[in-house]
Amino acid sequence: MITSAMPLLQIRNVTRRFGAFTAVDAVSLDIEAGEFFTLLGPSGCGKTTLLRMIAGFDAPDAGELLLDGRPLAGIPPEARPLHTVFQSYALFPHMSVAGNVAFPLEMAGCAKDEIRRRVAETLALVHLEDKGAQFPHELSGGQKQRVALARGLVNRPRLLLLDEPLGALDAKLRQEMQGELIRLQRDVGVTFVFVTHSQQEALALSHRVAVMKAGRVEQCDVPDRLYTQPANRFVADFIGKINLIEVEVVAASKIQLHLRAEGLGAIAATDPRPLRPGDRGAFALRPELLRVHAHGEAAGLKNHFSGTVRELLYLGDVTHYKIALDCGLVLEALMPNAAPGRAKFHEIGDPVAVSWRHDAGVFLHEPPAR
Amino acid sequence: MSRRPVDLTRWLVVAPPTLFLLAFFLAPALIVVAASLREPGEFGGLAPLDNLRQLTAESYRFLLGDPIYAEIFARSFVVAALTTLICVVLAYPLAWLIARSPKRRRDFLVLLVVLPFASNFLVRIYAWIMLLGPANLLYTPFAVIAGLVYVHLPFMVLPLYTNLEKHDPALLEAAQDLGASRWTRFWRITFPLSLPGIGSGSALVFIPVLGMFAVPELLGGTGDILIGNLIKEQFLDNRDWPLGSALSILLTAAVLGLAGVAALAGRRGAGGTGAVS
Repeated sequence: MITSAMPLLQIRNVTRRFGAFTAVDAVSLDIEAGEFFTLLGPSGCGKTTLLRMIAGFDAPDAGELLLDGRPLAGIPPEARPLHTVFQSYALFPHMSVAGNVAFPLEMAGCAKDEIRRRVAETLALVHLEDKGAQFPHELSGGQKQRVALARGLVNRPRLLLLDEPLGALDAKLRQEMQGELIRLQRDVGVTFVFVTHSQQEALALSHRVAVMKAGRVEQCDVPDRLYTQPANRFVADFIGKINLIEVEVVAASKIQLHLRAEGLGAIAATDPRPLRPGDRGAFALRPELLRVHAHGEAAGLKNHFSGTVRELLYLGDVTHYKIALDCGLVLEALMPNAAPGRAKFHEIGDPVAVSWRHDAGVFLHEPPAR
Repeated sequence: MSRRPVDLTRWLVVAPPTLFLLAFFLAPALIVVAASLREPGEFGGLAPLDNLRQLTAESYRFLLGDPIYAEIFARSFVVAALTTLICVVLAYPLAWLIARSPKRRRDFLVLLVVLPFASNFLVRIYAWIMLLGPANLLYTPFAVIAGLVYVHLPFMVLPLYTNLEKHDPALLEAAQDLGASRWTRFWRITFPLSLPGIGSGSALVFIPVLGMFAVPELLGGTGDILIGNLIKEQFLDNRDWPLGSALSILLTAAVLGLAGVAALAGRRGAGGTGAVS
């Protein structure tokens, strides 16, 4: 994403250590105004530490954070024009819903009339207009979540930080709240920085996602590029399901890439990068890009290999296959059940063949460690 | 079908304390009520009761007729309120500090708070006599208040600590995140959430102070007597049991009335919060 304006939040080479453990390791990211930006990674990857440093509850050991071009260092959390939605919601139990939402306005010294008007407005925004007089312990989990969002958004911060806000909700409610979050962010226009360990949530909600591992950003990109063009083995594996095949480059040109996999044989692929014969890496292939054929069907195509069905999982809309190729390699394939021309379901033990287009997979080049 | 044994078990568990309270709490209380309506015996104790028409409200009439008793009541309530207030002010920072200490040190600090209980109450009051005597403060209202605060402080620290220890630190972070300064965070979050703790501590200090007679007797002057001293005097010195009983009943009624008002005010003020108790 290239914009001429200055990024809203610049994270420059930020490092945070706890003793010998480096929680955040030289992370640099630019977050644009109006963006729904997600920090995605397994627990312990440093995403929450990074969020706490943006909020001001923690300070970097090295590097700096800039909001609207001005350094945040030395500014305490209460003076930063940004709010946090905590995983536990942290609603004030002794204040009504309206009291909770009014709190940041009172802190900002707004007039009584204005507070009343904006609290009503914001509660309507999260569909809680009739709950203002209730207390947090009288609300359901989803309603508490909405109050926390309303409280964080009511005085239009420059940035709203959300720390796994959907983690405490059940699956159905979580999906509902995802739609709600997208709508809210679009309507209010406040920049969201969202922390989650759920790749599904990250893909569904975000404009851009930074995938983190062990304190470092592995890849920062829009969701569909993250999914179709993972930068490395970790991102490929962490986001969605994927087949990873160990390969070596046989020949490379601008339009064609010839790979060889141990036991399997030649794979035809494409890659615009200058690669040399002998380069090693993994060939990454999404299950839905594999086709499963009856034995003997469509033979003679490139990237066509025979095998047998080892496992299958019928999920209604799709069927998930595990297919053992003749060379011993097991590939996962996802077949839509309602696909036009889908004539036959393959049963366990059936001899089948799999194939994929030459532009279906991604070669993840892994230069040897020096 | 399956409810029977559960009910039986419940009764077996509940019966002993119920019987104990009936026998040793309710019965004596009723005896005191009855005693307050009888006449004093010639040589102390109670006059023999031949028929119910001999019951009289004379003791109550006497107490309500002489303003000195109303004055002692009022003074006792003022002293109890002052003691409670000083206890809150002294105990709050202490309880807060203990609640904020590392978990492993907390138990030790709580132990220090209750350590005075390990030695006899009267011995500790005599120690105060030795402390206050040379300073020329003995037998003054100051000595009484100081002694009462000293004796009751742990009863304020413990409930307050129990309350403060349970506060979710995320609430203070949230308040700070939403723009509250340190001072505002205390007054808007910590203090209101600790009100139930202050309430229990105040009850544990205020009510015993009202009935306390040892501290005013040992540390106070002749003008510092409280209701407790008055009651003790009626039973042990004046040998007017009905008057002493009537005083006890009036004290109990006043405390219950006050507790009722406090409970009503608390319910209205809190509006049904999920505040920690």
